[in-house]
Amino acid sequence: MADVGQQSEAYFRERYGIDQAAAAALLGVAMSRGGDRAELFFEHREGSNITFEQQAVKSASRSITQGVGIRVLQGEAIGYAFTEDLSRGAMRRAADTAARIASRGDSVPPVDVLHYESASHYEPAASTVGVPAAEKVELIRRADAAARRFDPCIARVDVNFIDELKHVMIVTSDGRIAGDVQPLVRFNVSCLSEREGNRQTARWGGGGRMGMAYFDSHTPEALAEEAARQSVVLQSAIDAPAGAFPVVLAAGDSGILLHEAIGHGLEADFNRKKTSNYTDQVGNVVASELCTVVDDGTVRDSRGSINIDDEGNLPGYNVLIEDGVLRGYIQDTLSTRHFAVAPTGNGRRQSFKHYPMPRMTNTYMLAGESAPEDIIRSVDRGIYCVAFNGGQVNISNGDFVFSVTEGYMIEGGRVSAPIRNVNLIGNGPDVLRKVTAVGSDFKLSDGRWTCGKDGQSVPVGVGVPTTLISGMTVGGTAIG
Amino acid sequence: MSEERQPFTDEDLVVLATDVVARARQLGADEADAYLLSGIESSVSVRRGEVERLIEAGSRSVSIRVIREKRTAVCNTSDFTPRALDALVQSAVELAKISEPDEFAGLPAKEDLASDYGAGLGLFDESIESLTVDEMKDVVLRAERAAFDFDARVTNSEGAEFAAERGQLVLANSLGFAGTFPYTAASFAVSVIADDADGKKRNDSWFSAERRLHRLESPEEVGRRAAARAVRKLGAVKVRTREAPVVWDPLMAARLARMVAAAASGEAMFKRATFLFGLEGEQVGSPLCTIIDDATLPGRLASRPFDGEGVTTRRHAVIDGGRFGAFLFDSYYGRRTGRRTTGSAARTGDSIGIGYGNLVWQPGATPAKEIIGGVPDGLYLTDLMGHSVNSVTGDLSLGAAGVWIEHGELTYPVTEINVSGNLKQMLRDVDAVGDDLLWMAGSAAPTVRVERMTVSGL
Repeated sequence: MADVGQQSEAYFRERYGIDQAAAAALLGVAMSRGGDRAELFFEHREGSNITFEQQAVKSASRSITQGVGIRVLQGEAIGYAFTEDLSRGAMRRAADTAARIASRGDSVPPVDVLHYESASHYEPAASTVGVPAAEKVELIRRADAAARRFDPCIARVDVNFIDELKHVMIVTSDGRIAGDVQPLVRFNVSCLSEREGNRQTARWGGGGRMGMAYFDSHTPEALAEEAARQSVVLQSAIDAPAGAFPVVLAAGDSGILLHEAIGHGLEADFNRKKTSNYTDQVGNVVASELCTVVDDGTVRDSRGSINIDDEGNLPGYNVLIEDGVLRGYIQDTLSTRHFAVAPTGNGRRQSFKHYPMPRMTNTYMLAGESAPEDIIRSVDRGIYCVAFNGGQVNISNGDFVFSVTEGYMIEGGRVSAPIRNVNLIGNGPDVLRKVTAVGSDFKLSDGRWTCGKDGQSVPVGVGVPTTLISGMTVGGTAIG
Repeated sequence: MSEERQPFTDEDLVVLATDVVARARQLGADEADAYLLSGIESSVSVRRGEVERLIEAGSRSVSIRVIREKRTAVCNTSDFTPRALDALVQSAVELAKISEPDEFAGLPAKEDLASDYGAGLGLFDESIESLTVDEMKDVVLRAERAAFDFDARVTNSEGAEFAAERGQLVLANSLGFAGTFPYTAASFAVSVIADDADGKKRNDSWFSAERRLHRLESPEEVGRRAAARAVRKLGAVKVRTREAPVVWDPLMAARLARMVAAAASGEAMFKRATFLFGLEGEQVGSPLCTIIDDATLPGRLASRPFDGEGVTTRRHAVIDGGRFGAFLFDSYYGRRTGRRTTGSAARTGDSIGIGYGNLVWQPGATPAKEIIGGVPDGLYLTDLMGHSVNSVTGDLSLGAAGVWIEHGELTYPVTEINVSGNLKQMLRDVDAVGDDLLWMAGSAAPTVRVERMTVSGL
């Protein structure tokens, strides 16, 4: 059976007449002024979105974009151009524009491109994009009903069904042609609870590189009830404390902490430029020995997984930190050349309009040995974090934040009162050294995370087991 | 492979948008509008004196909204071939069938549509259109050089980038509206790193962004400011947790204004998802607070003659002397809540939402030095991190960095701390507003002091 790359090649050949010979000719233009390497990134994306408010479909939208991004490398410099017009002339002009970065002037002879096989970590055929809208609306209505049933104080329910199907094809001047067909579905529920004028909202959702089968294992009812539950919990939330406290991260979405605290700092572009606080630290102890952190683009059906990266390299299971020791960075083509290491399959980009960079896929910490309940029991006064709405990091010094949307006080070893929305701030290297217990209950996030870097968004996964950090600054309002 | 086509002229784009609308009507849409963008962008990045990246590209998209039997659908594409456009309109008409009929769906009222397409707004500068790669490169090389020259402790650069853009926006609808205007934008930024004694890196950046080239700040000034901000962070420490006054520098005060404006969205009002709910016309803040949303200011980055639905833009006092003026609406939420559009529709490819134009926190009369001088023990805030601002409750909790104020003087830098409070209370607690209005892109603000917030640290 043809691999997914061949499916994608056939797609661009049949729709746009771009075959291997045409691609090779275009590469020739890109290399006509003597770059070190060139690559073409063809993309066709079809997306749809159904917005449901006040028990009715407010609007439905559909979007189709296609184009090619052309990059020429010379040394560590890149020339980049893209066009939405896939006609021969427009593509040649873009290739010529990208070639301007090269100044050697000697034209590089054209190469033959050969098919390079992609992995198979999800089923492209499963995409929800072609599913009749009525079926999607049925799922939305089930979610809406479940959220309203959950508690009489649920005053509003909004639901979104967002999906896309991307065909990508990468052609490189080292003679490789590869591709992927990437389905992605995401289901979001937002609930507003209201009691005596106190209004609280919460959002929940999930998805992955899956089709409608996603909803067999994650029913719309379960997703909606989770959003409803969180918004009801917030009704009785108290002000969070301010100051330094032990923090217990629940398994799963808490992986956002790893993503911010260490993931970004290990992206090789920052280390190549020596702007990361992990510069020149490979082989050094950078975390507690309880921490083994991987970036894994191969997780079955996960939002952060890929079958081929956007530079034509296979995704991998890459150990970043092993028992606290830094083993390697998250690489793209530019940085693998700089560091003279093998590709890790992390060259990703938002679209053909964007140049690739080292980006995370699914980043998580491996399970440890502590029982989760023992970890909570070991804390006299601290915070237990369950749900989050995002984070941010300063790569240079490692300071990072993440915002907790569902959190609780821990008092006398027991989870007690819920606390209001609160931000936690820490320093990556510092916090990872303060990991004093790691649970045996690893969980990966249900697909709802998007990572932003330099204005480019890509879908990612995060995960951790229950984890204890002995001290972090909690940005509450209650002092003492 | 398809044959090469000629590039579209501005007139072609207007015809194309009007044709799309006409086709939608033919296929059974009761109402339709088309929103089209076409532009060219280029950028030059340098790092440590060398070119790191050259980007140049043409970009375009057309988005069509159709309303049929009060059901709405939006479709967009970047493929401008006649066949693709026809398929786009057909799929929009088809897609509208799955929406529920909604009596509030529809285009704006005809009398709200703009008749002036912004020739006087100064959104276009042909000197940006004719910028060369070498000219752009020169600006960023000078800016980065100035940052390195400013202080020997500046040891590394995250790069400096110049970006230029020239575009044409077209909006056409089935009420006969066909507005269009050309625009340009130019911006550059520089970001540098200073090394701390303990091996930590301290970074900061500065930028300038304008619709007209001559209004950009000098490369040397931008470079020096980036360097000064990075160097100022050397030796930063955490502080003990306490309640303290927080002085927001003009950049941070502009961010505060945006948090308040986000809560003034008419959609949030309809959803009861804002702390300003039910407070129109009420005194919600100190008399020192005046925040203006104004898309009509000539030459400013967020100015535009009409909004994403063709409605004339205007000036709104969101907060006026502490009084909450009014919510901002597009035509849908205006009708749905029994109000009227305020010309605040913000449009992207596949959605129409509510946004604001230039946001200005009106300056006061106090020099910044005096505002700082009045603080015995507090935070001068220069950086915020994170997303924990809850528009529903007003609760805010964000990572922060800045300079600690002791006895009215800026003393040592602080980092890895957190500020928290509630926007409702913070607006009431504004006790000083500076005379030092600073414009950065589409926002302007002076130094603003909030009498008391929680600062978390050690």
